[in-house]
Amino acid sequence: MNHTTKLPDHRSERVRSGAAIAASAPGRTIKRRRPASTQWAAWGFLAPVTVYLVLFYAYPLYRNLDLSLRDYTVRSFVQGDAPFTGLANYRRIFDDPTFAPALLHTAVFTVVCLVFQYAIGLALAVFFNQNFRLSATLRALFLVPWLLPLIVSASTWSWMLNSESGVVDAVLHAVGIAPVNWLTSPSWSLTSVIIANVWIGVPFNLVVLYSGLQSIPASLYEAAAIDGANTWQRFWRVTFPLLRPVSAITLLLGLIYTLKVFDIIWIMTKGGPADSSTTFATWSYQLGFGNLLPAFGPGAAVGNLLVIAALVFGLVHVRVQRKQALS
Amino acid sequence: MNGHRKRGRVKTTIGVVLTAVMLFPVYWMLNVSLTRDQDMRKSPPDLLPLHGTLAGYRTVLAEQLPYLATSLVIGVGTVALTVALAAPAGYALAKLRPRGGGVLGFVLLAAQMIPGIIMAMGFYAIYLQLGLLQSVPGLIVADSTLAVPFAVLIFTAFMSGIPGELLQAATTDGAGTVRTFWSIVLPISRNAVVTVSLFAFLWSWSDFVFAGTLVNGGAHEPITLGIYHYIGNNNQQWNAIMATAVVASLPAAVILVLAQRYVAAGVTAGAVKD
Repeated sequence: MNHTTKLPDHRSERVRSGAAIAASAPGRTIKRRRPASTQWAAWGFLAPVTVYLVLFYAYPLYRNLDLSLRDYTVRSFVQGDAPFTGLANYRRIFDDPTFAPALLHTAVFTVVCLVFQYAIGLALAVFFNQNFRLSATLRALFLVPWLLPLIVSASTWSWMLNSESGVVDAVLHAVGIAPVNWLTSPSWSLTSVIIANVWIGVPFNLVVLYSGLQSIPASLYEAAAIDGANTWQRFWRVTFPLLRPVSAITLLLGLIYTLKVFDIIWIMTKGGPADSSTTFATWSYQLGFGNLLPAFGPGAAVGNLLVIAALVFGLVHVRVQRKQALS
Repeated sequence: MNGHRKRGRVKTTIGVVLTAVMLFPVYWMLNVSLTRDQDMRKSPPDLLPLHGTLAGYRTVLAEQLPYLATSLVIGVGTVALTVALAAPAGYALAKLRPRGGGVLGFVLLAAQMIPGIIMAMGFYAIYLQLGLLQSVPGLIVADSTLAVPFAVLIFTAFMSGIPGELLQAATTDGAGTVRTFWSIVLPISRNAVVTVSLFAFLWSWSDFVFAGTLVNGGAHEPITLGIYHYIGNNNQQWNAIMATAVVASLPAAVILVLAQRYVAAGVTAGAVKD
């Protein structure tokens, strides 16, 4: 789903550190402690969300970890008496012939999507940053792909890329290029899902990078113009360096969200044909739910590898934000 | 002067062309939804729905209304649950600043990084034991995990901007924390409530992962599964599939038209200092 993004809030980070400063300032002048009753009230307000986090985040995650460490069958899944097998499920997925392709596809999918989403998003942001008539309206329309339910986008792309009657092949045919079996040929399926995912991800990059551009003072461009910099130089010497903090956050968030893309691939190709578009996300689902005989243990193990990857990049994200908030 | 205006017009033209290219798939969805069955496999396909038919939409009316109703109920439920959980938490983190609040903020940030399918697998294991599979309340709870961390962060950011004097004044007048929250903080935070509600609704409306794992085959399935079953079952009736897709896109369209500034605010809240 979710590229439909859940956005960690950078501002809140800044606000939090700002709040900490504000709180310590009066503390130095007048010795005043927050009364204990406020503490209690605060945790009263936080109690529902804390309980919620434990029940609906921590516990499912724990169950998932537990799944990956036991030898589950459908029967023991219901009865809950599966034998503990340690890291056997992990060993099994590392030895699985799908492991290497899934790893490669996950890496290629993530990197190629990020590069194109960012490059196209940035080009469009720079373009829309020059104010012309209708620019605000058109920019708003660019949000549409990002707002659509993923199943809508994925099924539309499926039909457009259909080999017999898809519009993409019809256009290729019209300009004299041989039609491509986008979704049914193992050499093109990964490309197909990448195209669809780039289309969905461009709006996010556009909107975020655009607001990054808005915060670059116009006087800098004027100064650069007076110094004789042409448009190209102004982009590489002024825009790009000043946009670096925003770019870093955009790319990191994009990385975290692209790693876990599942819906698009599953709906368009189910990871196939013959695992040619399988990533860790679809492989995990395939193992757990895609077969008649579910392999919950290995499925959960693959999923946990994804969790680890996501959390590693999540920590990097937090560190980058900290650094930016301090600077 | 004249040249300036001309350059502006060129840019507008380029902008329109780029937008048209970007939105072509959306147009294509509309076009196919209006295409007759016999024209569906035509090669090359008709670029305009000249022989337009509403047959696809009639099928939607006949078959998909229960799915749409379920999605609506789930969307509203998710919004209510998300706001009820997140608004008090945002208030506490922004204004009461308890010890340990920073840790909670970090946990919320980390929670957003967890891939949906992993959550789905965990929920499946738990719901199977509790007998909550194929239940609407169960799906509402699962869908709310998509929005709650984001919502807390939005509320925290927004409520931090409420001047402390205002709350101080309320306390002086004898209002307790609950009263202050309910009568002052919440009404002022209307914009944050709208942003959070929009995203919570949109995400639960669009959810496919939780729906596919937790309520697949049940009596009440959301519209995303309605489309998914269509794709699985009848590969021929693409006008009906695309008509369902158009209908399923309506909330996104309405939100874009009526509440665009909230959407942009939500998207950029994460990444940019302002």
